[in-house]
Amino acid sequence: MVTRLKDVDAVTVGLGWTGAIMARELTKAGLNVVSLERGPDRIPGEDFILPAVRDEVKYGARLELMMDNSIDTLTFRNFGNERALPIRRIGAFLPGEGVGGSGIHWGALHWRNLPSDFRIRSALTERYGAKSIPDDMTIQDWPVSYDEIEPFYDKFDKICGVSGKAGNLRGKKVDGGNIFEGPRSDEYPNQPIKTSNAGLMFGAAAKSLGYHPFPAPVAIASNAYVNADGVTLGACEYCGYCNRIACETNAKASANSTILPNLRLDPKFELRTRCFVTKLNYDKAAKKVVSVTYTDMKTGEEYEQPAGIVLLTAFVFSNVQHLLLAGIGEPYDPTTGKGMVGKNYAYQFEAGASAFFENKELNPYWGSAGMSTIIDDFNGENFDHGGLGFFGGGYINCNTAAAPPISGRTVPHGTPEWGSEWKHATVKWYHHAARFNTQGSVYANRANYMDLDPTYKDVLGRPLIRLTYNPPDNEFKMSAYLLTKVEAIIKAMNPSTYDMHPRPKTFTVVPYQSTHNTGGTIMGADPKSSVVNRYLQAWDAHNLFIQGASVFPQQHGYNPTGTLGALAYWSANAITSRYLKNPGPLVHA
Amino acid sequence: MTEGTIPRRKFLVGAGLTGAGLAGTAVATGLTPTEPAAAQASVAPTASAAEAEPLLVLNETEHAFVVAAVDMLIPADELSPSGSDCGCAVYIDRQLASAWGGGAKMYRAGPFFKGKPEQGYQLPLTPAEFFIAGIAAANEWSRKTYGRDFDRLEPDKRIEALKTMQEGKAEFADLSSRAFFARLLTLTMEGFFGDPIYGGNRNKASWRMLGFPGLPATYSNVIDEYRDKRYVAEPQSIADFS
Repeated sequence: MVTRLKDVDAVTVGLGWTGAIMARELTKAGLNVVSLERGPDRIPGEDFILPAVRDEVKYGARLELMMDNSIDTLTFRNFGNERALPIRRIGAFLPGEGVGGSGIHWGALHWRNLPSDFRIRSALTERYGAKSIPDDMTIQDWPVSYDEIEPFYDKFDKICGVSGKAGNLRGKKVDGGNIFEGPRSDEYPNQPIKTSNAGLMFGAAAKSLGYHPFPAPVAIASNAYVNADGVTLGACEYCGYCNRIACETNAKASANSTILPNLRLDPKFELRTRCFVTKLNYDKAAKKVVSVTYTDMKTGEEYEQPAGIVLLTAFVFSNVQHLLLAGIGEPYDPTTGKGMVGKNYAYQFEAGASAFFENKELNPYWGSAGMSTIIDDFNGENFDHGGLGFFGGGYINCNTAAAPPISGRTVPHGTPEWGSEWKHATVKWYHHAARFNTQGSVYANRANYMDLDPTYKDVLGRPLIRLTYNPPDNEFKMSAYLLTKVEAIIKAMNPSTYDMHPRPKTFTVVPYQSTHNTGGTIMGADPKSSVVNRYLQAWDAHNLFIQGASVFPQQHGYNPTGTLGALAYWSANAITSRYLKNPGPLVHA
Repeated sequence: MTEGTIPRRKFLVGAGLTGAGLAGTAVATGLTPTEPAAAQASVAPTASAAEAEPLLVLNETEHAFVVAAVDMLIPADELSPSGSDCGCAVYIDRQLASAWGGGAKMYRAGPFFKGKPEQGYQLPLTPAEFFIAGIAAANEWSRKTYGRDFDRLEPDKRIEALKTMQEGKAEFADLSSRAFFARLLTLTMEGFFGDPIYGGNRNKASWRMLGFPGLPATYSNVIDEYRDKRYVAEPQSIADFS
C-alpha cells in the first residue's frame, strides 16, 4: 500500500549540485522543500576526514562514492542493431551516490561555455554556410545566451570559491588568463591554485608556439574563502588524494561543503535519504506532475509525495528514465528523428598523451585533480575550421598532479606490465611523467540516444535506461587534430620520450574516461526541438523543472558542472521571480 | 608420491612456517602437528615465510597459485621484496572476502549474454567466484600444458604461462584467460601499491621504492620550495595517522 503524504511546495528528485541549488533558492523564497535522495547522507565533518579520505584502495579502486549498480544501472550498446547489455559495474563514467552526488568526487574543473557555444548552429552557419553542417549532426543553439546566463555563472563561482585568472574582464582581454573566454563581470573569487612543474614547462612551450596558456579554473579554493552563502571554505592542501575522493579541508567545492551547511539548518528544508523516487505521477490533461512515488530503501515502504513544483535533479540517465517511465514528452526515434526524450546524448571525447622528462622532478605525489595548465586556442570557434573536415574542439591541458600509486604510475609505451623490467621502469619514470589531455566536444549525432531497455530492470522492477552510443566520425577527426597540437607542444618541451593516446574507434564502457554525460532532455526554443524551455521548464508539464547536464543540447569542449550550476541558478531565478506569482508555462509554445 | 602431488600444506610447512603462522594454517586445514616434520625435506620454491597469515577465502591450492603468481608479477629484486613478501596474496584473499568480492554494488540480474568486450564483464559470477574459478581453470590448463599445477612450475615456465594467459592464448574451459589475468594483475598492483591496512604493501615497501610519501597532512607549506626537487619523507600510512 502506498502511503500518501502531506503536500509540500517543492520536491527535488536527488540531492547533488542542482538539487542543493534549487532547494536553497526555493527555501530562501519561502517554499517548503523536501529532497528525496536515494543514497546515503554524506557530511563533510563526519565523512570526509583524515586519515580515512586518503585511501586509494577504498575510493580510487573500490569506488566508495559511486553509484550502486546492484540498485540501478543502465544498458549499453555501440550501435542500434546490437543487443544492449547491462553495465554490471560502472567504469567509463562514475556517477556519484548519495547526498552531493557526483559533485563530491569530481576533479572540480570549473568552466563556462564560450559565447559562441550557446549559438553554435548559428555560428557555424554564419562562418561556414548552412550546408557545411552534416545532416546527422543534430546540434542546435541553446535557448539562452552567454550574456543572459553570465550573472548566474558568477553567482555559482562565488558559491564554489572558484580559483583562476580572468582572461576577459568586462570585455578587456587580460594576459595570463583565458583570452578566449566570454566577458566576465568579475574576477575569479580566488587567485589560481599553484602550478605544477609540468604545468610551467607546458606553459612555456605553448607560449613559444604562439598559444595562450593559463592556469586551470577550478572549484578548489586556493585560500580560505567565505562564499556567497556565508560558508567558510578551507584552502587547498595539495594533498594528492582528490579525484574520486572527498575533500577533507572543504577546499574542493561540493554541495555538501558550500550549500548544505546552511540548507540543513533551514526549517523549510527536509532531507530524506535512501528514498528512491520511482515514478513521477503525471496528469497529462493538466500538464502537471502532481506527485512523486518513492520507496524508502530502509524499510521497503512506498510513499506518494504530492508537490507543487517537481525538480528533477538526478543524474542524466535518471532524468531521462523518469520522463520515459511517466510518459512525459515523446520518446526519441533515431530512424525518424522524431520525439525529443532521449535525443542528443553526448559523451565528452577525451584523448591524451604522456611525456617523460628524465632530468625533471615533476612531484606527482601532490597537487589536486584539476591542477593543470591549459590552452584554449583549439576549442569551439576559437579557431577556423575551414578545410579541416570537422567541427568542434577542446581545451588542451597538462598535469602531473595527484597521481597516487595505484592509478598514477605512467610508464612509456612498450614497457612490460609486470616483472622486474616493469618495476624498474616504474621507479625510473614515476617522478618524471607528465600527462596531457584534450577535453573534446561532442556535437550531437542522430544515432546516439537513450531509451528504455526492453529486457533489464532495476532492483525495483523499473526498466533500465538503454544507451546507444559511439563517437561520430566528426569527433575522431576533431580529436586527431587536437592531438597533433598536443604533440607539437610536447616536442617543444623536449621530452626524453613520449606517447600519444588516441581513443579506440569503438567506445567501451570499461576503462574510466569521463563522467561527462549530457543530453536526453535537451533545452530549446520550442517543443518541436526540445524537452525543456530556456528556464528548464518541461514543455509538457509546467511545474516540472529538469536540471543538470541532461538539458545540454550538445556537449562543448568544457567540463559541464560550471554550466549546469549556472543554469540551475538561472532556472531558480525564473521560478522565484515569475513562476510562483503565476504558475504556468514561462515560454509559450 | 611424486613431487607434483605433494600436498601444498606440506610445502608451506617445509618452507619454514613457524609459530602463529603454522598454528593458523594447521587450524585451517586440520593438519596435525606431527605431520609437518615429515615434510621438512620438501622445500617449495614459491612459498614464503611472510605469508604466514590465516586465509579468509582461498584454500591452500588457490593460495599457492596466488603466491606463485604474485611473485612472478612482482619479483624480489634490489627494488622491493617479492609480491607475496609484500602481502599481495593476503591482500587478494581479503579483497575476495570483502563486500566487493561478494558482488556488492554490482548488477547481477540476468539474462546473461556474452556481449562485446566494449560492454564489459557479463558473467553471473561474483568477483570472488570468478577469481577462484579462474585459478582452477589456470591450474587445469597448466596441468594439460606442463603436466603440473602452476605453482609447481619452475619460474621461467610460470612467466611463460602468465604471458600466455595475458595474451588470452591459454585455453580455459569457461573463462577468458585474458580476463582472469587482467583481474589478477589489477588486484596484485592494488595490493602492492595500496595502503598497508588492507594487508598488502607491507612496511610500505612500494611507497619507499617509488619515493611516494604516502599520506600527507598537507603539502601547501612545501610545494613551492620543492618544485622540480624531490620531496623525500618517511612515508605515512593510514595506521600512522590513527
